Amino acid sequence: MMLVALLLCVAGLFAVAVAATILAANVPGRVLTYGATAALTLVALSLSALGLFGGGIETLRLPIGLPWLGANFRLDALAAFFLVVVNLGAAASSIFALGYGRHETAPQRVLPFFPAFIAAMNLVVLADDAFSFLFAWEFMSLTSWALVLSHDRDATNRRAGFIYIVMAGFGTLALLLAFGVLAGTDGNYAFAAMRAHAPDLQTAALVLFLVLLGAGSKAGIVPLHVWLPLAHPAAPSHVSALMSGVMTKVAVYAFARVAFDLANLSDWRLSAVVIALGGVTAVLGVLYALMEHDLKRLLAYHTVENIGIIFVGLGLALAFRANGLHAAAALAATAALFHVFNHSLFKSLLFFGSGAVLGATRERDMERLGGLIHRMPKTAAYFLIGAAAISALPPLNGFASEWLTFQAIFLSPHFPQWGLRFLAPAAGAMLALAAALAAACFVKAFGITFLGRARSPQAETGRETDKISLAAMAGLAALCIVAGAVPGTFTAALAPVSQMIASDHMPSRGLAAPWSPLVPSLGSANSYNGLVLLALLAAAIALVMLALRILANGTSRRAPAWDCGFPDPSPATQYGAESFAQPIRRVFGTIAFRAREEVFMPQPGDTAAARIHVRLIDPVWEAIFAPIARGVGFVADTMNPLQFLTIRRYLMLVFLSLVVLLAVLALWL
Amino acid sequence: MTAALALQGAQSVLALILAPLITGIVRKTKARFQLRRGASILQPYRDLARLLRKESVLADNASWLFDLAPTVILAFTWVAAALIPVLGTDPVLASAADLIAIVGLLASARFVLALAGLDIGTSFGGIGASREVMIASVAEPAMLMLIFALALIAGSTHLPAITAFVQSPALGLRISLGLGLIGLIMVAIAENGRIPIDNPSTHLELTMVHEAMVLEYSGRHLALIELASSLKLLLYLSLIIAVFLPWGADIHWSGWPPYAERLLVYLAKIVALAFLLGLFEVSIAKMRVFRVPQFLGAALMLTLLAVLLRLVSGSF
Repeated sequence: MMLVALLLCVAGLFAVAVAATILAANVPGRVLTYGATAALTLVALSLSALGLFGGGIETLRLPIGLPWLGANFRLDALAAFFLVVVNLGAAASSIFALGYGRHETAPQRVLPFFPAFIAAMNLVVLADDAFSFLFAWEFMSLTSWALVLSHDRDATNRRAGFIYIVMAGFGTLALLLAFGVLAGTDGNYAFAAMRAHAPDLQTAALVLFLVLLGAGSKAGIVPLHVWLPLAHPAAPSHVSALMSGVMTKVAVYAFARVAFDLANLSDWRLSAVVIALGGVTAVLGVLYALMEHDLKRLLAYHTVENIGIIFVGLGLALAFRANGLHAAAALAATAALFHVFNHSLFKSLLFFGSGAVLGATRERDMERLGGLIHRMPKTAAYFLIGAAAISALPPLNGFASEWLTFQAIFLSPHFPQWGLRFLAPAAGAMLALAAALAAACFVKAFGITFLGRARSPQAETGRETDKISLAAMAGLAALCIVAGAVPGTFTAALAPVSQMIASDHMPSRGLAAPWSPLVPSLGSANSYNGLVLLALLAAAIALVMLALRILANGTSRRAPAWDCGFPDPSPATQYGAESFAQPIRRVFGTIAFRAREEVFMPQPGDTAAARIHVRLIDPVWEAIFAPIARGVGFVADTMNPLQFLTIRRYLMLVFLSLVVLLAVLALWL
Repeated sequence: MTAALALQGAQSVLALILAPLITGIVRKTKARFQLRRGASILQPYRDLARLLRKESVLADNASWLFDLAPTVILAFTWVAAALIPVLGTDPVLASAADLIAIVGLLASARFVLALAGLDIGTSFGGIGASREVMIASVAEPAMLMLIFALALIAGSTHLPAITAFVQSPALGLRISLGLGLIGLIMVAIAENGRIPIDNPSTHLELTMVHEAMVLEYSGRHLALIELASSLKLLLYLSLIIAVFLPWGADIHWSGWPPYAERLLVYLAKIVALAFLLGLFEVSIAKMRVFRVPQFLGAALMLTLLAVLLRLVSGSF
C-alpha cells in the first residue's frame, strides 16, 4: 500500500517534469513546478516516515523493464530511512527554489530536470532488482549531469560536466559488474535471488571493490572524489544542495544495500578496508576544503569529509557484525545513519546560504565577500547554525552523531583481531583531527564571508534574500537544533534500520521520552543529553545577561576600530580566505599537498609590489587521474590515423576483426 | 534531589568565584620568582570590577555577533566548568557530564571567540583567529586521544565514573595514565594560551594569539572574556585533579560540616597546581608559533602511545 503510494508520487514527479518542459520559462511555470515538487516530496516524506515506523516489508513487481525479470520494488526499513532523507532534502530544496529560482537565467534548463532528478533518486532506493536499480541510477546521473550543465557558457562548468559524466559512467559500469558478480552464473538479477546465497570470500572481496568504485565514486570517497567539488558547485545552489546533501546519501544507500544486505559481507578484513578508506577520506576532504576560497567548492569538498565519517561508521558496523558483536554493530550503524540524516540537513542549509549569498552578490569567491552579516542578518544567522552543526559543536546535531561514532570506536577493544583493535583508534584519531579541522574550516567559511569588512562593491551592496528562501533555511536550522536537543528520538526511529542491518538496536526509551539521554549500549555509564545541555546553556546565558544588567555599566559607544593603534582603511589589510588558512597550510598542507610558498621581495628602493606565490599539488589528481588522462590521450593520438582510412581498408578491418572474434570463440569453446 | 541541585549550584558558583583568584595566584607566583612584588592576588577581581564599571567601546562595524559573543563564550565555558565534579558526583547533571561533551563545549566557545576575532576585519583579529584554530586543530585530537585512553582504562567517558575508577584500589601504577597526564598538561598549556605557547600578558603583535582575538573588546565585554579565560584555566586544573589526583576527597573529620573537608582538599590541590604553573612559566621561554604544532604533535603521540600500550596489555 505504502509502496504503491510512493511509486505514484514518483510517477507524479515524472509528470511534473514532462509538464515543466511545456510550461517552460514563465513565472507560473516556475512556481507550479517547484510547488508541485514540494507537495509530492512532502507526501512521499510522510509516506516513507510511516513506512519506517511501520516496520513491515512490502514488495511489488511491475510488468515493465526486462520481460523475464519485470521491475521489482521493495520498501523495507533501510529503504524507508533513505527515502526520508531524500524526500526531506528534496522538499526543502523545492521550497527554497520557489524563492531562489527567481535568479535563474535559463529556467528551462533547470525546471524539467529537477523533479526528474528527485524521482530518479527515489527509484534507486526503491529498486529491488539490478536492472531497475542501474536504470534509475543512470537516470539520476544523467539528470544531475544536465543540471550541472545548466550554465554551460562557463568553461569551468563544461569541464566539470565532462569529468562528471566520465566518472558517473565509470561508476555505473563498476556497479553493473558488481551486480553481475553477485548474480553469479545463473544470471538472476533480482535482489531477492542475490540475498538468498552468500558469496565466498573472493567474490565478496571483488564485490566490495566494485561497489566502492561504483557507489564510492558517487559518494566522493578519496581518491574517487575528483568530480564532486567541480560538479556540485557548478549547478544552481538548490541543486548543489540536492547533489551534496542527498545524492551522496543515495550512494551511501547503494553501498549499505550491497554490503549489509545483498553481499552480506562477513569478513573482518573487508570491513578494515572500509574503515581505513573512511578515515583517509575524512582527513583529506577537510584539508582540501580548508585550502579552498570558493564558498560553494569549500562546501562540496567538505561533503567528502562527512562521507568519510559515515564510511568509518559503516565499516565499524561491518566489523562488529562480522565478529557477532551485534549491540556494538547497532551502535556504529546508528551513528553512521544518524550522521547521514544530519549531514543532509546542514549541508543543504549551508548550500542554501551560499545560494542566498550568490543571489545577493553574484559572488562565490570568498576573497571578494565579507561583512554580509550587516546586509543579510537572517541568512548569516542560519548559516552560522549550519556551520556550528557541521563542525560537530554541542548542543547541535552534528555533535550527537559524532559522539555516537566515537562511542562506537571506544568499543574497539572488544575486537578479537589485532588488526581491527589498532585500526579503530587510528580511525578515531583521524576523525578527531577531521572534526577539529572542520571547525577551523567553518570559522573560515563563515568568518570570511559574513564577518569583517566588505572586500568588493558587490559585497557592499548585497541585500537580504527573499522570505521563502529564508523560510526554507529557517526550517532546516530548526531541525538541526531539534535533532541536537533530542537525539534519542532520532536514534529510536532508526531502531528498525539497525535491527535490519545489524540484528540489534541501540537501547532507547522510545519516541515517547525525548528528554532521555543518549546511551550507547546497555549497561554503559556513558551518556549524552542534548536537552540538558541546551537548557544549561540557555540558563547560563540568561544568568550572565541578568548579572550584566545588575552589575555592569550598560552603555556602549561606537568608535573606529582600535587595531593596536594602526587601523588601516583598506579592506585588503584584513585576513582573507587564503591568509586565514595559511598556518594550517604550513602545518598540514606541506605534507598533504606539498604546499610551497615563494615570496618575491623587491630590492630596497624598488617600488614594485611584493608578491607571494603559493603552489599546491593535488596528490590524487597527480598520482592517479593525470596519468590515466595522459594514457587515454596517448592511445587516442595513436589511433587517430584510423579516422582517415579509405572505405576498402575499413571493410578489411571489419572482416579481420570478425575473423579474430570467430577464431577466439572457436579456441575458447 | 534538592541536595543534589544545591550541590550543583554551589559547585557552579564556586567555579565562577574561584576562577579569578587562581589567575591572581599564578601571576603573583610568577612575579615573586621574577623578584618583583607583583600585584595582590585579588587584583583580577579588581580588574573585573573596573571593567564592568566602564562603558564599552564597540568598533563602528561591529555586528550583533561581536556584541553577543562574550556572553556566549562565558556561558559555554561556565557550563563546561560546572560539569566537572569537584565537591562530589551529582546525579542531576550526571547524564551530561561526558568528557567528550565538555571538550565539545570548549570547542564551541573557541568557535565563537575566533569568529568574534574576525568580525571587525582587522589584521590582528585575523592573525589571532587563524593561529587559534591552527593550535586547536592539533590540540583537540590530542585531547580526544587522551579521552580514548581514559575510556580504555576506566571503561567510560563519563567523568564521575572515571574519577570513581581512579580512586578505587583496583588501579595500581599505570604507564598509560602517566603518558596521559603529560599529554593533558601539554594540551592544557596550549588551550589556555600559557607560556611557551602564548603569553597572556603580552601585546607584542607577532606573538599574540588569544590577546589578538580580543584586542577590540573593552568594558563589560572584556570583563566577560577575561572571566571566561580564567574559568577555562580553572576548568583544566580541576580536570587534572578530577582525573589524575582525585585522592583525599573521601576523608572525613568529625565535627566538620559536610563537604567542607572536600572543599578544603580541593582548594589545597588547586592552589598547589596554580603555584606549579607559575613556576613552570618563569622557567621556560615562549616558542615560535610554528614550533607549536610540534609541541602538540608530541602530546598527540604521547596520548596515542597511551592508547596503544593500553590495547597491547591491560596492565600498562
